[in-house]
Amino acid sequence: MKKYRMLKYLREEVLPTTMCPGCGGGTVLNVFANAIDELGIDPRNLVMVSGIGCAAWIPSPYFKSDTLHTTHGRPVAFATGIKIGLPDKYVVVISGDGDLAGIGGNHLIHAARRNIDITVILVNNFIYGMTGGQVAPTTPFGAKTTTTPYGNVEHPLDISETIAKAGASYVARWTTAHPFALLKAIKKAMVKKGFALVEVISQCPVQYGRRNELRTATEMLKWFLKVSVPLKKAAKMSLEELEGRITIGEFVDVDRPEFVEELNRLIEKGE
Amino acid sequence: MSNNVLRRLYPKGNYFMQGDEAIAYGAIFAGCRFYAGYPITPASEIAETMSRELPKVGGYYIQMEDEIGSIAAIIGASWTGLKTMTATSGPGFSLMMENIGYAIMTETPAVIVDVQRSGPSTGQATKGAQGDFFQARWGTHGDHPAIALSPSSVEECFWITIDAFNLSERFRMPVMVLADGIVGHMREQIRIPDPDEVSIIERKLPTNMEETKYPFGRELVPPMPIFGKGYFTHVTGSTHKETGMRDVFTPSVHDRLVRRIHEKVREHEKDIVKWEEKFTDDAEILVISWGISAKPSLGAVLRARKEGIKAGFFRVITIHPFPGKRINELGKDVKAIVVPEMNLGQLILEVQRFTNDDVKLIGVNKIGGVPITSDEVYRAISGVMS
Repeated sequence: MKKYRMLKYLREEVLPTTMCPGCGGGTVLNVFANAIDELGIDPRNLVMVSGIGCAAWIPSPYFKSDTLHTTHGRPVAFATGIKIGLPDKYVVVISGDGDLAGIGGNHLIHAARRNIDITVILVNNFIYGMTGGQVAPTTPFGAKTTTTPYGNVEHPLDISETIAKAGASYVARWTTAHPFALLKAIKKAMVKKGFALVEVISQCPVQYGRRNELRTATEMLKWFLKVSVPLKKAAKMSLEELEGRITIGEFVDVDRPEFVEELNRLIEKGE
Repeated sequence: MSNNVLRRLYPKGNYFMQGDEAIAYGAIFAGCRFYAGYPITPASEIAETMSRELPKVGGYYIQMEDEIGSIAAIIGASWTGLKTMTATSGPGFSLMMENIGYAIMTETPAVIVDVQRSGPSTGQATKGAQGDFFQARWGTHGDHPAIALSPSSVEECFWITIDAFNLSERFRMPVMVLADGIVGHMREQIRIPDPDEVSIIERKLPTNMEETKYPFGRELVPPMPIFGKGYFTHVTGSTHKETGMRDVFTPSVHDRLVRRIHEKVREHEKDIVKWEEKFTDDAEILVISWGISAKPSLGAVLRARKEGIKAGFFRVITIHPFPGKRINELGKDVKAIVVPEMNLGQLILEVQRFTNDDVKLIGVNKIGGVPITSDEVYRAISGVMS
């Protein structure tokens, strides 16, 4: 059997992964490994941080780099301390929507506002998967979960839109059905000086799809392709037309003063 | 470079300052170069001092969005090799509890200062109190050790902060400083020493790749393979094997890890535990106190001695681990123990654990944000004698 080309980036001793069959986490792991491979980033220059939940397991423990698996919702805050201590390293957070935008939403907003040079890959599967499929801040209106048996009566948070407005230098959203665009976005996010967020809409056939007439990974991926709208096209569509759609593309790509560089400038001034 | 910079910036000599400021300078002398915090009365002056002084010594200050973010950031920064601190007060201390447990479980050095204020809840936000005695010990969940020290004066704020850093680095664990709103805001003269007079302990780092393989075991305090060196260290708050890899299902793995973390403190309790005692040789009444309340307690003991009452003074410096053994010895020879503290009875419960039933225990408890006076303690002492 042919050896997986990206195996060199993984801790072989902990494989296979705990991810369910059909989980989009595998695509994210694969695309991220390809991104650092194509960029030629030495994993010794990489620090991976994650919180709690399915997506938090993508880097931890599978990625062979320094990895910090933190408390629920807090990886961005932990990563802030790491980036200040190691400004020359790539500090990457991979975690889920519940972790980063639910309990950790405030840290995400403020890291974007500060424009600290961290790359966040937020895997959005619309659900709290690991803990049993409860409603998340990203669950679509009307969708069924174990805690919305009559349909979700809340409105989902548009994470990319929010973080773009909060001041991030780079924000893009793609789905696991767009792996090549996703690869390009992750590469851009990694080299971007400043706060970069890549939101990946990812399938969870086990906890989300099963309860919402999308029983398999294939059905979920087909659904992503059907409802995705590029940002340019979406700009011309009405709110009613956009209902239930997923906008994809680059939300922001700008250059602003970066936080750790500014901190180090204070020290230079002092000396 | 560092000692010369300190010498130039903070020449040795006498200064007049607040306890909060002394904590900040103690941290800088101990080598702290990263501070993350969130403003809260009565601890904010620590953040203000750090924001002003840290860039001068090549350090970093960041005001985070909340206390949870603050402690998360200092733990992250500690894994890059920096000595780190945060400071807060009661409500913020409560918010930090989960990540204090994370730092214990991941064996991360960090110093957490709690300048205690009145509670529960918002209580009297600007008033000092001593109500977090047990929060420091049992605030986070699970079985774990704790080291917490409590200063009684501005000068001691400086030295206890240095002790906290040294213990934290030596045992690879978070260490807490429990000051209070009164010692934090009080101004006293303190002597800033020459940096050479300060002994500093640094964490043990691996010297070769072999030593990085078991960052969470094989030794009581394993070397800490900090990030960015190419060690590929895996750190998790979940139960993990000696290598750092998660194993939450094998009972023996959890047992081994958590017991070893306990042992770090238990085995070295003798070197950690600190107290101060005066006039205890012939004491018939012992006054045991902590933090700011120890000041009026000593005043009362001195007055009692003048009046011919054989009173002794005992000040608990490490509230955890607790100097219970010494209290047990002293308790055998006294009629009564008076325990003054600014709460409704917390230290007294620990004292009770270490004393025999025939010793009378009297709490002097004052809440409302006003410090205990030596008169109030003296009345308790003379009350026993009459």
